[in-house]
Amino acid sequence: MSHYIPKNKKHEREILDKLEISSFEELISIIPNNLRVKDGVLGLDKGISEHELNVYIESLSNDKDVLNNAICFSGGGVYDHFVPKVIDFISSRSEFNTAYTPYQPEVSQGTLQYVYEFQSMICELSGLDISNASLYDGASALAEACSLSLSHTRNKKILISGMVNPLYVEVVKTYLKYREADIEILPVIDGITDIDKVSNINMEDVACIVIQSPNFYGYIENWKKYSALLEHHKGLLVSVSDPISLSILESPGDSNADIYVGEGQSLGNHLSYGGPNLGLFSIKENLKRKLPGRVVGMTTDMNDKKGFVLTLQTREQHIRRSKATSNICTNQGLLALRAVVYMSLLGKEGMPKLAKLCFDKAQYAADQISGLDGFELFSNRRDFIKEFTVETKHSAQKLCQFSEEKGFLFDCVDKNLIKFSFTEKRSKEDIDKLVKFLKTYNE
Amino acid sequence: MDLPDNIKYTEDHEWVDINDDIATVGITDFAQSELGDIIFVEFPDEGMAVEQKESIGTLEAVKTVADIFSPLSGEILELNEDLESNPELINEDPYKGGWILKMKVSNLEEVKTLLSNTDYEKLIK
Repeated sequence: MSHYIPKNKKHEREILDKLEISSFEELISIIPNNLRVKDGVLGLDKGISEHELNVYIESLSNDKDVLNNAICFSGGGVYDHFVPKVIDFISSRSEFNTAYTPYQPEVSQGTLQYVYEFQSMICELSGLDISNASLYDGASALAEACSLSLSHTRNKKILISGMVNPLYVEVVKTYLKYREADIEILPVIDGITDIDKVSNINMEDVACIVIQSPNFYGYIENWKKYSALLEHHKGLLVSVSDPISLSILESPGDSNADIYVGEGQSLGNHLSYGGPNLGLFSIKENLKRKLPGRVVGMTTDMNDKKGFVLTLQTREQHIRRSKATSNICTNQGLLALRAVVYMSLLGKEGMPKLAKLCFDKAQYAADQISGLDGFELFSNRRDFIKEFTVETKHSAQKLCQFSEEKGFLFDCVDKNLIKFSFTEKRSKEDIDKLVKFLKTYNE
Repeated sequence: MDLPDNIKYTEDHEWVDINDDIATVGITDFAQSELGDIIFVEFPDEGMAVEQKESIGTLEAVKTVADIFSPLSGEILELNEDLESNPELINEDPYKGGWILKMKVSNLEEVKTLLSNTDYEKLIK
């Protein structure tokens, strides 16, 4: 951790002037030279990062839970990113510590303001016009996007890429069980959606196409090609993406997508044994009357002072009811707050930097793993950001089971497919340990 | 309450102005005053085939939402696009500027089921 001294050259000058001496050296001239510290501040090391400190302190402890003991290369929507302590501190302040937007929302200007900031950040990340105050998680956000598409287009066909997270697809199917919807899974080729085959589908009666990028195997899809297919039709393009990866990808808005949904856990939220998570949802302006959940808007009061209000909230909650697109009236306020603090800490430069760090680590790991006997990069693809799929001659299930016992967590994708994810928390040493484990693995 | 005698009415508080097989549809003065300020109209699609009494859209007022029912069977021809930016036209001028849609009537027999202004007046008394 870096030290913090609230003093600059100007302040120093003022102090010295007040004392009527010319330099700091003169102030301490009474201390004999042989008693003085030679190197820097007391000769201490230059310090370590908060994450390195955590790792060090944890290494001194015997009380280890599963994850602290194991190195996490698991991903697929929920990632082991570093969560700075300041997020826990700010979000646990009593003013903020509620999961709900209050019932008299306008009384709580602070809450509304951070939700407004959250929405602005999600709009900027996704390149779209309007974001809601968040939904339950990425999977239900996708289901809401499909539901919106059904009612907006009055079409019944939902086309979901075979490379969308299969758990999300399950949630969509459950959610739409009693709606008139035909869900079709799109063909894939070499780890991405097969655009050639999709091009041959008649788009006239399509409500939406759902494309995830980076997709479930970790590879980058081209949203633009799919928005082009829908150009002269009513159908909407729903883009699914991890927000951290999104900071270095061409945005859904620039790709002419209509809706963005994502899982916001990676924005400053803990793994917490699988939940709660944070649903991200933003849309093009023309869909605003169908936006599920709540929206906070900025306005001016009778004295022309800036203030925040819940916009359009009565529609879903009080007057539309059975006619509403969605009856979701709540949001993940606390986790959205954490996401706001996280994104503010990282800033516009920090988020892409973080994504590049994950990219570099994943690419390094891919170099190492591709050289191993019995392991091959899936379809030899390198167009991934923080996770990628590996084909192995071993049984993926047995390998994952065994690795867990040995202290490595990663994902079993299919019979002979495994997937590794890399966050900034994974050191070169961690990756080398994983490679060594895989190298020596024998069924 | 303004109830012109040259147009027909429905029990769902809509008016229908029929010229040959083209019907112009809106809501009555009584309906707009009951709903209050209308802030959004959710239209059906142009070209959509509709059945008599089918819900084909909604009118959103400040405190409630009402269905738009198709007064007759047929096909939606035209929507009043002025209502997209000025839905209050329905309140201000329900029988002229506040018309909602035009439709091609497929079964003129159904016109007999519509009410005259005097019948409608009895209904809302």
